Amino acid sequence: MPKTVLCVDDSASMRQMVRLALTSDGYVVVEAVDGRDALGKARTMVADLVITDLNMPNMDGLSFIRELRGISDYKGIPIVFLTTESDDDKKGEAKSAGATAWITKPFQPERLLAIVKKVLG
Amino acid sequence: MTPGAPDPAETFRQEAHDLLIQLEDVLLDLDGNPGDRELIDTAFRALHTLKGSGAMFGFDDLARFAHTVENTFDRLRRTGAEPSRELIAATLAAKDFMRQLIQSPGEAEAAIGDGLVEELLRHGPAASLPETGPCGAAPRPAEPKEAPAIYDIVFALPPDALLRGTNPLRLLDELRDMGECTVAADLGPVPAIDGLDPERCYLRWRVRLVTRQPRSAIDEVFMFVIDDMELSVTTMAPEAATSHPETHPATDATSAADLIPPSTRGTAERAAAGSSIRIPAERIDNLMDRVGELVIAQSRLRQLAQGSLDPTLRSVSEDIERLSSELRVTTMGIRMVPIGQLFARFRRVVHDLSRDLGKDVRLVTAGEETEMDKTVIENLNDPLVHLIRNAIDHGLETAAEREAVGKPRAGTLSLEARHAGAQVLITIRDDGRGMNRQRIRAKAVEAGWLSEAGDVPDAELFQMIFRPGFSTAAAVTNVSGRGVGMDVVKRAIDGLHGFIDVSSPPGRGAQVTLRLPLTLAIIDGLLVRIGRGRYVIPLSTVEECVELSEADNLRSTGRSFLNIRDELVPFLRLRDLFKVQGPADLYPKVVIVTAGDQRVGLVVDQIIGDHQTVIKSLSKLHADVAAFSGATILGDGTVALILDVVNLISAGRIQEMRMKAS
Repeated sequence: MPKTVLCVDDSASMRQMVRLALTSDGYVVVEAVDGRDALGKARTMVADLVITDLNMPNMDGLSFIRELRGISDYKGIPIVFLTTESDDDKKGEAKSAGATAWITKPFQPERLLAIVKKVLG
Repeated sequence: MTPGAPDPAETFRQEAHDLLIQLEDVLLDLDGNPGDRELIDTAFRALHTLKGSGAMFGFDDLARFAHTVENTFDRLRRTGAEPSRELIAATLAAKDFMRQLIQSPGEAEAAIGDGLVEELLRHGPAASLPETGPCGAAPRPAEPKEAPAIYDIVFALPPDALLRGTNPLRLLDELRDMGECTVAADLGPVPAIDGLDPERCYLRWRVRLVTRQPRSAIDEVFMFVIDDMELSVTTMAPEAATSHPETHPATDATSAADLIPPSTRGTAERAAAGSSIRIPAERIDNLMDRVGELVIAQSRLRQLAQGSLDPTLRSVSEDIERLSSELRVTTMGIRMVPIGQLFARFRRVVHDLSRDLGKDVRLVTAGEETEMDKTVIENLNDPLVHLIRNAIDHGLETAAEREAVGKPRAGTLSLEARHAGAQVLITIRDDGRGMNRQRIRAKAVEAGWLSEAGDVPDAELFQMIFRPGFSTAAAVTNVSGRGVGMDVVKRAIDGLHGFIDVSSPPGRGAQVTLRLPLTLAIIDGLLVRIGRGRYVIPLSTVEECVELSEADNLRSTGRSFLNIRDELVPFLRLRDLFKVQGPADLYPKVVIVTAGDQRVGLVVDQIIGDHQTVIKSLSKLHADVAAFSGATILGDGTVALILDVVNLISAGRIQEMRMKAS
């Protein structure tokens, strides 16, 4: 069974990039444009992995991660967040919100895939 | 790029374009409301995405530059400071520079960027926080392999590791992948069953690992938990490692590099795509062309069917007619875009102009959701910019002048769009000093358009500002008043088959209303016959059709007026105008057309019926033929000319004035 990845980012190009990188390796990618959208989608399906940006309109990444961890199906699901170097202090916040791992932007598709494999197996 | 393989860089370019528009909007909003934290957050987010995604897709200069701007907004966010007007202006300029960095990165001059950065730093809040580099985090270089070493690793994960999505088994697998490895679990910390929280991670592991990989590779296994966990790694005597076979020395970055082919496919993955799609404008234009051809072919079919006795053919023809008419409506719907996009652009124009001219101007817009044909909207930009410039430069007074006459210091310029039948009305209104009748009159007399004693109604007098060579500006300003401008507006609006109405109630500013057709590509027309030729009158201008009574017909020369419900309407004999030979029909018909508040009757031989008219433009050779605005192809392949109602009406008006004069 292919694994499903929920990709949450307000930037269409980032979503596209994640999609291209992951689908080529057999993952199924579901996109969401912000935390609120993603939360709605998470309630109707269980993804095997969630990749989320932190800076987003409507619902930012941190609140989204907290809310998502409150859904019982998502208790142990790995959550990877996207960050930039300057967001260093956000890293701690995201971790205590329940994030599993992070990727620092900019990154190569290979790096993304490696991290997905690392947390998902 | 083929449609099947989206290019992320192209997606980014479009996205960046949208982000820059959003940024400009937000900046302009901030200009009036610098304390709005929400706006600052939005600007920050847009810049953040420009930076992050820009670096991802190879727009390095953009990423670096956006980073500086982002820092400024980040500081605003953190310090709670309000952006100054200078900072907003500098950021607007930075926005323009970023657009250039996206569109033609090679041509953007670094010096301009440096100047802007300086400007931003000067006007931004003081840099109290250490700046971080814009990017970095290049993929780690492959570390050299060393001789196999033995590590004794003891680790305990943070208690909430499971809840944070970390799978301890994955970590052990990763250690196993590094080399030969024995794992023992230390059950010591596990509490008795009644005190056990199944979601907590109690276990401690002891791992003996033999690997050629460096010590840092072990840290990498734990990279996401290392800050919160207990980890001790002891290096054992290396000689014990000699007999161990080579295993797969694979962790992340280096070995995964060739997992993805350079060009990846975007395959059956559209499930989650949004409910709207972007289409290149060109494809819609092509579609519209095809629909136009279809409509022409359909009218040929209709003609065939009408000449045939076969009921099946007629029925098919009627079906095709209905379908092609629906297809036409749908396709035109695709071409419709809200005029709000255009209005949004003017916020910047108004902002810059009011600064350049030192006037305080408030722009109010309404009816942004009004939809119009894309082509019409594109062609509206220049004339509207002219009208706005004119209103701000000539119409609105300076703050001091306004105060002196008891008006609020800030002038108001309003832009409004609304539907009226098959037309869209766009109104530009200002609350300035209004049109100066004396000056316009004087100028018109000077130009010889008006006799010294001649009296014309305001509406007509104001139309004169649209004539070539008209300018009342005492001094030529940078903005308007070089005697070019308003005639350009007129020409552009004529080209769109639109009309301009001007009104200026004394002391209450001026108002210019543009009446424009919804679309340029296909119109509903009324097909008429004059002599042996056929002509199309745009249906949107037709008010009614009447028969020309014998009495009216006889009063032929000089006084061509119809009495329509006690109103005198001038009429034009198109027969005479087009110099048609041959006997006229016994009962000519009159088509009453309107434009603005002008009405005129057009006398034709026969009214054939309505006709979906695909507009084809006339050749350049015929561009100055005033009576026709275009041509169309009829079902039988012959050409019918489309009457230019505006021009015919002005011809009718001249006739009317002649009568009034006599």
